Amino acid sequence: MDAVDPRVRVRERFALEPAGEPPRLTVEPPRERWIELARFAQRDLGCRYFSFLTAVDWKEHGLEVLYRVENLLAPLALTVRVKLGPGETHCPSLTSVYRGADWMERECYDLFGVVFDGHPDLRRILLAQDWEGHPLRKDYPVDMPHAPYR
Amino acid sequence: MADLEARRVIELGYAGNERLVMNMGPQHPSAHGVFRAILTLEGETVAAVDAVIGYLHRCHEKLGETLTYVQYPSIASKTDYVAAMTSELAYVLAAERIGRVEVPPRARYLRVTAAELQRVASHCLWLGTWCMDMGGALGGGATLFLYAIREREMLLDLFEALTGARLLYGFHQVGGTRYDLPAGWAEQCRSTLAFVEKRIDEYEAMLEDNPFFLARTQGVGVISPELAQEIGVSGPLIRGSGIAYDIRRAEPYSSYEDFEFRVPVETAGDCWARYRVRMVEFRESIKIVRQALDGLPAGPISSRPGVKSVGQVRIPKGEAYARVEGPRGEVGCYLIADGGPKPYRMKWRGASFSNLAVLPHIIPGHKVADVVAIMGSVDPVFGEVDR
Repeated sequence: MDAVDPRVRVRERFALEPAGEPPRLTVEPPRERWIELARFAQRDLGCRYFSFLTAVDWKEHGLEVLYRVENLLAPLALTVRVKLGPGETHCPSLTSVYRGADWMERECYDLFGVVFDGHPDLRRILLAQDWEGHPLRKDYPVDMPHAPYR
Repeated sequence: MADLEARRVIELGYAGNERLVMNMGPQHPSAHGVFRAILTLEGETVAAVDAVIGYLHRCHEKLGETLTYVQYPSIASKTDYVAAMTSELAYVLAAERIGRVEVPPRARYLRVTAAELQRVASHCLWLGTWCMDMGGALGGGATLFLYAIREREMLLDLFEALTGARLLYGFHQVGGTRYDLPAGWAEQCRSTLAFVEKRIDEYEAMLEDNPFFLARTQGVGVISPELAQEIGVSGPLIRGSGIAYDIRRAEPYSSYEDFEFRVPVETAGDCWARYRVRMVEFRESIKIVRQALDGLPAGPISSRPGVKSVGQVRIPKGEAYARVEGPRGEVGCYLIADGGPKPYRMKWRGASFSNLAVLPHIIPGHKVADVVAIMGSVDPVFGEVDR
């Protein structure tokens, strides 16, 4: 580990301004640099610990995917987020970088319907394989499967 | 002719080049819940594992969006029902971090007391069930299970006196705790801890001189430090793999910086290493509870007045990720608040989910009997895996 501020390194390599204060930083890369940034975080920033990956449904603004990785020695916790845009459901898969992304991405696909391109085995993980819909979408009704009651 | 066919089948089987797909679970006694492992076997050796989870899925994250900050903590305890105190704590910590809610020192100490007692109780259940899984090899199946459950019952008595419930407590709330210690509780707690502490020595004597126990745990289910980090396993598993990662140390919450305790680390990464880590944690948790009782500050237990309606607590707009060191590892709650009485989005980072995800990587190459030992050493709680 060298002592260079991780903010500086992200700025130099990606021309992005990380939000937050060390040890907790947030970066929002464009979608096409999603995997590149993950690899950079793992190899150059030493964030080898994969904490979690999830999504947020911002209604008309579309889905946002985010994950959190950590360098347990430094300490540094990096949250990386990307807005997919309205109606868009495709996101590159991180499974080639972090093996821990496998189950997390399956869960995210299951509950949000985010399709991770490049995932080797993208099936539902918590719900039944023949389930219809993705429950954590904001337009998914809470207690009736087909008709909204509110 | 028929004879010849039958013989050929048997011969093929013994040649070891035939693969058999076997279903283990979802109602297998060693699964500690409902877990189905589809094992591909070559003889007795596991070649591949497909883990099927989700039998206990209740979509807690959707529930969290429909319940208020007052209602949800008591539901949060149902994610990891063996260690209910820790998941409640993660949720209220996240809400407090967004709303910058002060927590009085007495409440912080009470939270530590509850969380550490919970760790002892949870480890008792882990030890008992794990040893029962490996059953016959330990010379008498349920012996250790019954001993460990006896101690756990005494700890649950303490929780019952404190909160009125034995399993799912609803102890934490935004701003503090819901209950203060009843009269005589501290003395009862100290005498229980003294009893449990002596019993831990007995467990160790029963297990560590037992050659069968050593044979079944040493060198079995090795998790390398690289794999542990990449999958995101935490708690006793990552500490058993040589990484001193404990959130109570790395990012102290709820006054953990006031207490003196050791973070045990083992380097072998096998079932034995995880066992040793947990045995030391038993004692360290007891030490922390004693320190918390000794130094318990006087004062209020909550910074907020008692609530009169469920929608009364409002958290300003913002987001936070709060994590606690549960008995199984990093229990995290990622909360996005929109200013109303309910969160906009809530994500549970269950320790058991990530810990279980390591199984397909470490089981292949082991015998079927070792699957049971490895599962038990991971200590998954399926309420938390499936959420």
